[in-house]
Amino acid sequence: MSPTTSRRTVWLVVFVTLLKPFSNLFLAWGMRHFPSAVSLDPLFYLNALLDPLVVAGMAMQAVWLLARMSLLSVADLSYVLPVTAAGYGITTLLGRLVLHEQVSLARWTGAILISFGTGFAASTSRKTTIRKSR
Amino acid sequence: MKWLLLSVVVASTVAGDLLQSFQMRAEAGDADHPPGIGRVLWLVFRRRYLLLSFLSMAISFFAFLALVQTEPLSFAVPASAASFILETILARILLGETVSPRRGIGVILVFAGILLIAK
Repeated sequence: MSPTTSRRTVWLVVFVTLLKPFSNLFLAWGMRHFPSAVSLDPLFYLNALLDPLVVAGMAMQAVWLLARMSLLSVADLSYVLPVTAAGYGITTLLGRLVLHEQVSLARWTGAILISFGTGFAASTSRKTTIRKSR
Repeated sequence: MKWLLLSVVVASTVAGDLLQSFQMRAEAGDADHPPGIGRVLWLVFRRRYLLLSFLSMAISFFAFLALVQTEPLSFAVPASAASFILETILARILLGETVSPRRGIGVILVFAGILLIAK
């Protein structure tokens, strides 16, 4: 990350990176309370929105979305994407530890590669374009 | 079915992210301080590109819900990251961002990770 990056931006990157995997965990956890078949009925999903875990996951996703939009105002999209990708490794870990999902060696290797990719991207300048304010 | 759902997740995510990035950068100009969440929320209701991006995100969200219902979270989440490559290419073409070799390597590593996870 650039040495001129403000402390607030650094915290925002950390916040955005960590919040997403936890929101995914709550969503997946909540959806496990419903039959494991894909439904095309919108009422099925509206019903799912009443599940407390799904509601918690959605609330976290909403905050995550706004926080990431704030981050996108001071950093490139092509910077934000790989840098916050560390969350994918965390998601894999949470899937294994909390939901007891089977994670193969290939998937663990993939999660590690994603983390390395994050490291590479994080060492680049976060903003390469300047646009005029409205 | 899972690949169809995954395609919907990826396409709507790409559209939403590009619209958000374009509009938020236009709002910030050369400012170096990220706005607060309240300010971002205020903007959402006043900028049509942000509203459009939210529509895309909503489509992505419901497709993702359907996906995680039948597939393991450790597959659904990383596989949907296929949008990374598409978004990086489009960010360069449409948003004029500079993708340095180092950043490019980072994106390629992320992509390689996705391939392994989706295997």
